[in-house]
Amino acid sequence: MTDTTIFGLYAAAAVGFGLYGLITNPQPLRKIVAFNLMGSGVFLLLGVVGRRGAAAGFGNDPVPQALVITGIVVAFSATALAVALLLRLFQTAGSATLRDDAPASASINQSGD
Amino acid sequence: MSYPATVLDAVTTTRGFLLVLSIIVPVAGVLLAFVVGGRHIERLAFATILFGLAIAAAILVALQQSDGPLVYLLGAWAPPLGVALRADGLSAVMMMVAAVVISAVGVFAGADFRPAAAESRAPFAFWILLLGIWAALNIVFLGGDLFTLYVALELVTFAAVPLVSLDGRAETLQAALRYLLFALTGSVLYLLGTTLFYGLYGTLDIVLLSHRVRAQPATLVAAALMTTGLLAKTALFPLYLWLPPAHAGAPAAASAILSGLVVKGSFFILVRLWFQVMPGLPGFAATQLLAALGGAAIVFGSVVALRQERLKLVIAYSTLAQIGYLFLMFPLALSASGQLESGGALAGGLLQAVSHATAKAAMFLAAGSIYAVLGQDRIAGLGGVWRALPIAVLAFALGGVALMGIQPSGAYLAKELLLQAAAEKGQWWWAVVLQAGGIFTAAYVLLVLAHVLAPAKAPIASDRPALRIQETAALALALCSLLLGLLPWEAYLPIAQGIPSYRLGPEAVSKTLSKVLLPILGGTVVATLLGRWGPPPAHITSWKPPLAVVDPIRRIGLALGDLIERSDGFLRQWPVAGVTLLVLVLLFGGCNADGLVMRMQARPASGRHQLFA
Repeated sequence: MTDTTIFGLYAAAAVGFGLYGLITNPQPLRKIVAFNLMGSGVFLLLGVVGRRGAAAGFGNDPVPQALVITGIVVAFSATALAVALLLRLFQTAGSATLRDDAPASASINQSGD
Repeated sequence: MSYPATVLDAVTTTRGFLLVLSIIVPVAGVLLAFVVGGRHIERLAFATILFGLAIAAAILVALQQSDGPLVYLLGAWAPPLGVALRADGLSAVMMMVAAVVISAVGVFAGADFRPAAAESRAPFAFWILLLGIWAALNIVFLGGDLFTLYVALELVTFAAVPLVSLDGRAETLQAALRYLLFALTGSVLYLLGTTLFYGLYGTLDIVLLSHRVRAQPATLVAAALMTTGLLAKTALFPLYLWLPPAHAGAPAAASAILSGLVVKGSFFILVRLWFQVMPGLPGFAATQLLAALGGAAIVFGSVVALRQERLKLVIAYSTLAQIGYLFLMFPLALSASGQLESGGALAGGLLQAVSHATAKAAMFLAAGSIYAVLGQDRIAGLGGVWRALPIAVLAFALGGVALMGIQPSGAYLAKELLLQAAAEKGQWWWAVVLQAGGIFTAAYVLLVLAHVLAPAKAPIASDRPALRIQETAALALALCSLLLGLLPWEAYLPIAQGIPSYRLGPEAVSKTLSKVLLPILGGTVVATLLGRWGPPPAHITSWKPPLAVVDPIRRIGLALGDLIERSDGFLRQWPVAGVTLLVLVLLFGGCNADGLVMRMQARPASGRHQLFA
């Protein structure tokens, strides 16, 4: 088993766990963490891709590394935005949950307000 | 000009700088806004919008004069290593639409978000986000490689999410967070697919990829991941959990941008991916699946729209239905040899996107004017509002008429093109869906208009007069959408010369009449059967006998509507949407594999279906 295979499997596991957490966890903060885990999996996969592309004689393919850096910046901004929203939600509503599961039916029932 | 770009461009074309300018100008506007501060931001935004509008127009002109797409190579590095910006006919059209919608929304918001009028930061944030969305959308339309498109897609989301929660109430913050998290899920899936593409082919440039992509298992996985991720961002049924709550609390101007432009961004990338990167990959099954989701969106979104009590939510669910309409073009563009060809069906789909962008923005702005005056937008309470806001009501009506696909609207031309493609491909079932879409659209527009034109129950007591400038902005957009069918699209979209018969001829009058009557009559029936009419108010007591006749049928319709509405609540739960997302990835992978297997003709049918399990 080569190192790229091992890291590739790690990447797949991280993406899988992240996706699982993102879907099943009801708490927004855990969803944000899960998103980051999933993102890390993708970045690891990019690293593997760069390593595999190094067959041409380079030590490593530089393009995926550039993609990883950009991707990290994007994921960081996304996390910052999500956490900021979450904090504001907590300050405003006193709780931070997405369990507003049926806003449509709620909006129909309470539309008298 | 040639479409699509298949030759690799080695140099920046003469007017290529326009492409960079179209991105830099809104970004510069954002940066300057922080320098000049809240006081002058409105003037700055208007100057930027005017400038951007001029650039979009210049790109349209430049493209017509050049014999290929406009290209700009960033840093003069050619694509295998560098990044190219490319403007073909599709980009130019979408950029112009974005510029027009943003201008109209800017005029509308100029009255709403006056920095002097409010002490809050909302006006400042709104203008910055508006310009930010514009810059990001321009990158989406121009980006020449999949990773640039990913970044642009994220930028669009980051700018769109705060627009939802501009007023800072808890519900809107929650809606924004929901939207952000679901969109992020979609974009990670997209990025994962992009990574696989790079690993397979060593490039992300769209033109280069289109030469290298071959049907192999990993490509199918990548394509399925990217497609599903983009669908989650586009809010195609059943991945729309963020859309209704986002619209419920957003300001009208934000809703217009969100529904008119933001969802078109990810849709546009999907078009690029399917039609340009891998036209030969999605087979019959994958395109049928995509359009089937679209068809389900039309029925589902329209029925739920008919049952809403708030005008704004009617328009929001109508967006859900209209997004479905955009996806009907995929099976109709599939040629006999299994290639997605850039022909009439693609032109029809793009035209539908363009007309929806303008018409839906107009309807949201009109609804915003009504809300501002009445202080509420319950449909049952809209009686007599046409006296107070004649222009806004007219804008809503014209926007609705344009969406129904009545001549000479852009939606009519789009429908004609798609119907023609359906006839050519022998896929009559999509022709039925297309006609049903028009009927459903007519239904909810008529439902709203019936309430609006009814006499007022009580005189409208308003604390705020109608702002004519806001109503006019909405009307201008609606007229824009209504007259789109008259424009010479052949120069930019792949429409065969002279085929669509959208010019009025004397012999076509009866044909036209039937095309107008079908949606309107059908819409009346559907609205009567499925609409939420409430207890009959006093002014329609004279209608009671005819109502008694339809009552039994209506009861069935209502039961059906109840069922669909309940499943709406179910589908919008996070775990359900998440699982649906995964199922869709598997389905698309399976469908693509199905096509792959068919192309290899290696296995009998029984072997293929295991892929769906």
